[in-house]
Amino acid sequence: MRRPPISEQLERARNAGSQLHHFHGGLRLRHNKKISCELPLEATPLPPRLFVPMLQHSGLSAEPAVKPGQQVLKGERIGYFGVKEEMAVHAPTSGTVKLLARRPISHPSGEDGLCVVIEPDGLDQWTQLTPIENWQEADPALLRQRIREAGIVGLGGAVFPTAIKVDDAHLRGIHTLILNGAECEPYISCDEMLMREQPGSIILGARILQRAIGAGRTLIAIEDQMGAVNESLKAAVKEAGADDIDIVKVTTIYPEGGEKQLIQVLTGLEVPSGGRPADLGLLCQNVATATAVANAVVEGKSLIERIVTVTGSGIRQPRNLLARIGTPIENLVDQCGGYTEDAARLILGGPMMGYALTSDSNPVIKAANCILVLSELEIEPPQAEMPCIRCGECVRVCPALLLPQELNWQIRNQQWEEVVDYGLKDCIECGCCDFVCPSHIPLVDWFRYGKAELKSLQIERGKAESARVRFEAREARLAREKQERRQRLEQKKQGLRDQADKKKKLAEAIERVQSRKDGGK
Amino acid sequence: MSRKFDTGGAPHFPPHSTVAGVMQQVLYALVPGVMAYVWFFGVGILVQIFLAVAFALLFEWIMLRLRKQPVRLFLGDYSAVVTAVLFALCLPPLAPWWVALIGMLFAIVLAKHLYGGLGQNVFNPAMVGYVVVLISFPQVMSLWLPPASLAGYTLGPGAVLHTIFLGQLPAGMTWDAISQATPLDTIRATLATGGIVSEARESSIFGDFGGLGWEWIANFYALGGLWLIWRRVISWHIPVMMITTVVTLGLAVYLADPGSNPAPLQHVFSGALVLGAFFIATDPVSGCVSNRGRLIFAAGVGVLTLVIRRWGGYPDGVAFAVLLMNMAAPLIDRYTRPRIFGQ
Repeated sequence: MRRPPISEQLERARNAGSQLHHFHGGLRLRHNKKISCELPLEATPLPPRLFVPMLQHSGLSAEPAVKPGQQVLKGERIGYFGVKEEMAVHAPTSGTVKLLARRPISHPSGEDGLCVVIEPDGLDQWTQLTPIENWQEADPALLRQRIREAGIVGLGGAVFPTAIKVDDAHLRGIHTLILNGAECEPYISCDEMLMREQPGSIILGARILQRAIGAGRTLIAIEDQMGAVNESLKAAVKEAGADDIDIVKVTTIYPEGGEKQLIQVLTGLEVPSGGRPADLGLLCQNVATATAVANAVVEGKSLIERIVTVTGSGIRQPRNLLARIGTPIENLVDQCGGYTEDAARLILGGPMMGYALTSDSNPVIKAANCILVLSELEIEPPQAEMPCIRCGECVRVCPALLLPQELNWQIRNQQWEEVVDYGLKDCIECGCCDFVCPSHIPLVDWFRYGKAELKSLQIERGKAESARVRFEAREARLAREKQERRQRLEQKKQGLRDQADKKKKLAEAIERVQSRKDGGK
Repeated sequence: MSRKFDTGGAPHFPPHSTVAGVMQQVLYALVPGVMAYVWFFGVGILVQIFLAVAFALLFEWIMLRLRKQPVRLFLGDYSAVVTAVLFALCLPPLAPWWVALIGMLFAIVLAKHLYGGLGQNVFNPAMVGYVVVLISFPQVMSLWLPPASLAGYTLGPGAVLHTIFLGQLPAGMTWDAISQATPLDTIRATLATGGIVSEARESSIFGDFGGLGWEWIANFYALGGLWLIWRRVISWHIPVMMITTVVTLGLAVYLADPGSNPAPLQHVFSGALVLGAFFIATDPVSGCVSNRGRLIFAAGVGVLTLVIRRWGGYPDGVAFAVLLMNMAAPLIDRYTRPRIFGQ
């Protein structure tokens, strides 16, 4: 299937949601979400200490803006980074900064990172809040600034700074805001719970975002397997009188909650390779991100807590918790009745894309949508890796239409040109290929490695290129200097020759005069 | 008190499928066909399967040891067993024991391990083994039996073992008396002597479409193959395309010249076509990866099979056709790359 011309694509993007489409591949996985939706949402009590990592967004770590011993208030900025300081981290409660230390930060790399360790004073006192009273009338630029100050990131798990996305969306011109409530990974139910319990704030966030970026309408995508979500959202839309917000039910197939897949389902269009949804006039945000926006604008509260699903057969009472960023995971587990006897693996995120943590002393971070604890039975037995038998299952399930088995082969053989040609950069790391591979090849691990290699090659190539430019400039300079030297020498020689000539002529003249004198005698 | 955990890579699920599981399912799918085979042609085929599997595992073990590969892991993947069974199903049921030995030597040692082992072989190992013995021992490889209903004798297990292991028939029996040309042989011979297909078909060894007995075995192979499609072990593209190609092309040439071309269904139900369509051309390692590629691959096997049957030096051409298309597979893969998302 060829892609339609861009004008037709934009037209179809405008009608997003009017008709549902399919995306290639994907998996139908067992949902396993009900177990964590039985108990109502509950806030996690203040732990004795909070460990707030400075790296909670995609990109580089924030720089701490506080010193040990300093008193902080809840919502006060304690670290930031970025051109516009869009990567900000705030104090989750009031208290004292005990120390700045390198600790576990729940990062996929498993490495430690800088944390601000706060000892709560128990007062939980907010800093001076600056809500935007009348957001309906407010300057959209002011709304975007508030989003930036509040340290909001994409809460679906990608943790890309929302401010950057929103600023870009504003510049590019967006007609439709898509709120992603299609939580496609098994077990995770934090968005479902949020949509059920706080639909009003999602709708409010949607309307604020719409104004901030100048979009004409909002589509909220939810999964058809979610219970009671449609009704609660519809009621909230009605209550808000927002007739420019539509709710669309999409079929539950992993990974349709992926931005590109969701857009394909809603529009039938593919986000261009290397491009962004904004190319189609769309902006995609997670529903929890919309709530964070609403809190930031209407109440002036920065992002200091999030809903976390604590679930899996390794947890006694699975449920959803509203936890402060920086709370140790063990506190959440305790609140859920602790581990069962066969708890064997602690995962941050879902079973498909989540990563295993080595210890539950890791803190809750902005990316922590789910704490999944699985039993021995659900992860065992570990299988030996076999050679690829080219069965093509990975090709069948790949939503990015890649050939994972070829990429695997090329990456292992360091054939980087082929790797680029075969579209490694378009891999969304959903793990479908990994899941179906009968040879148990850790394909996504290889793809991440390949991407990292490509990046460093690109940097090296950049360095080589600038070295080449420098070298050529130097060569040119040397050649020029040589040329100049030669010219100077030439001039000098010429000068000498001229001088010799002059002397000669003088001598001749003297001789002539002499001979005349002599002759006259 | 915080707790430590072991880590592991995503996805965090018990294994969805294994290579051994895939191979086992292929073996299960062959059971109905083998049972039909025994019903029509006696227990000889079981002995051939046993011999081929034993030799295959022996060579596999030796090669794994020589190549310093994990022996238990790879012996347990059943890939050598599948190769052996598919090879055995191509042999005449009373072929002497060393045919399986030589066939497996070439299949496992040459076609599989010298190319790099599981997943690396360019050619279908079973077909390499079969073609080697077919070319090397044409006489032995042509000693086929008539279906039990036509045979004027019965060979008990003792006689079968005697024939296979000693290489000669029990006293009082001669090959001329018990062996019988296959339907494809018969057609070929008739055409060679200036006859027409309908004359050949007057022989009692023909059934409704193909050979008597053979067509039922083909039905049971197809049954197992359909189960494999349902289990998603193989995709439908190869069997459907291969059989469709044979029927369409067969029909075209049949209509053009019914005297020298068998009816299309005769082609489908003769020789190794159904076995090939569901079990041999579907070998993933030596075939194509994308569905478009698989369609081209299967069409190629179908066309080449008919060409070899009509003009080639052998009555059946499935094995040669598969090997020829194995050679073309990397090229087909190259030209049937799917368009990447968003490009």
